[in-house]
Amino acid sequence: MAGAKEIRTKIKSVKSTQKITKAMEKVAASKLRRTQSRMAAARPYADKIRDVIANLFKAHPEYRHPYLVSREVKRVGYIVITTDRGLCGGLNVNTFRRLLPELRQWQEKGIEVDLCLIGAKGVQFFRRLKVNVVAATTHLGENPHVAALVGAMTVMLDAYREGRIDRLFLVHNSFLNTMSQKPDVRTLLPAEAPCTESLPKNWDYLYEPGAADLLDDVLTRYIETQVYRAAVENVACEMAAKMVAMKAATDNAGKLIERLQLDYNKARQAGITREIAEIVGGAAAV
Amino acid sequence: MNTIHVEIVSAEGHIYSGDANLVICPAKMGDVGIAPRHAPLMTTLRPGEVRVQAEGKDEVFLFVTGGILEVQPTQVTILADTAMREHELDEAAADDARRKAEEALKGATGREDLAHAQQQLVEAAARYRAAQKLKGKRKQL
Repeated sequence: MAGAKEIRTKIKSVKSTQKITKAMEKVAASKLRRTQSRMAAARPYADKIRDVIANLFKAHPEYRHPYLVSREVKRVGYIVITTDRGLCGGLNVNTFRRLLPELRQWQEKGIEVDLCLIGAKGVQFFRRLKVNVVAATTHLGENPHVAALVGAMTVMLDAYREGRIDRLFLVHNSFLNTMSQKPDVRTLLPAEAPCTESLPKNWDYLYEPGAADLLDDVLTRYIETQVYRAAVENVACEMAAKMVAMKAATDNAGKLIERLQLDYNKARQAGITREIAEIVGGAAAV
Repeated sequence: MNTIHVEIVSAEGHIYSGDANLVICPAKMGDVGIAPRHAPLMTTLRPGEVRVQAEGKDEVFLFVTGGILEVQPTQVTILADTAMREHELDEAAADDARRKAEEALKGATGREDLAHAQQQLVEAAARYRAAQKLKGKRKQL
C-alpha cells in the first residue's frame, strides 16, 4: 500500500482536475443555451428557403440552372464540418467514422474525392490521410458568420459549376437533443427536390430580371443558408457533447476521489495500528 | 379567396405572418403590389419598405435591406436579408447611418471599398426614406 502522503497528493490533484472539468461543464451548458437559440433563429429562414426551392422544382422552367441538373459522377466533393476544439466526447470521431466508409466506397469505384474542411479537428485528422483537401477554414468561433464560411464554400461551388466535381455533399452533426447527436451526410448539389409531388399544370415563375441571374442568386443563397445552418447546428452539438463529456469526467473524478479517500483512510489506519503495535511491543519488552 | 397569406422571415428569425389584401414590395425592377391570385413570381428585392395591407387592420410597415420575393397565387414569401419592424425604425438613427455611409463613401479607396460603401449608402438612404415616410404617416393619424 502506498504511503498516506502520496495518496493525499494524488487526491489533491484529482480534485483540481475535477474543478476544471466542472467549470468546463458549466461553461458548455451556458453556451449551449445561447447556441440553441441561435439555431432556432436560423430555422425559419432555412425552412422557408427550402419551401421556395421545393416550389421551384414543381415549376417547369425553361432555363435549367446547373445546380439543379444531375450529371454523371466522375468526381465528388464533401464539405465536412467539425469542431475547432476537442474535449467533446466522440463527436468528431463519429463524424469521421460515418464519412470514411463512404470515401472508401468512392475510391473503390475509382472516383476521386475533394474535401472542404470547416473546423480545426477535421484539418488535423485528414492531414494524416491521403486525401485531396481543396479548402479549409478554422476557428470560426461559437458564432459562425456566413461571411467566414463563404470563402471555403465558393471554392466548392466554383468547382461544381466548372464541372470539376459532379456532386457535393455536406457532412455535419445534427442535433437530436442534448444527449444525442448524429453525424449526417446530405447532398447539397445537385439540389434535390424535397418532395416528389408534381403539379399537373405546366406553370413557371415570372422571373425578374432574368431567370439565369435570379436562380443563381436564389440557389447560392440556399446553399449558403444550408451550410450556415449546419455550422450553427454543429456548434450546438459541440456544446452539448462537451457538456455531457465534462459531466462524465466530473463524475469519474468523484468516483476516483472516493476510492483514493478509502485507500488513504486504510493507509492511515494501518499506520496507527502499526505504531500502537510498536508501542505495545516496546512496553512488553521493557 | 380574397386574401393572400404573407410570410416574412429574415436571417435572424421569423418576422411576420398573416393574411393580407395587398402586399407592396420593393422589387429589383420597381415596386410591386401583390394582390391575391397573383401569377407566380420570383424576384430579388432592393432596400426599401414592405407594406402589408389587410382589411380592418393597421397597415404593417417593414424595412428590408434586400432579399428574395416569391409569389404563389395564395402565398407570398419574403426572404429578407435583414428586416426592421416599425418600432425599430428610428428616423434619427437612420439619418445618422446615412451620414456615416456618405462619409465612408468619401473616404473609400479601392474598388471593393467603394462598392461596399455605395451599397451601405443605398441601404441607409432607403432606411431614412422609410423612416421619414413612417413619421408622416404617424402625423396623419
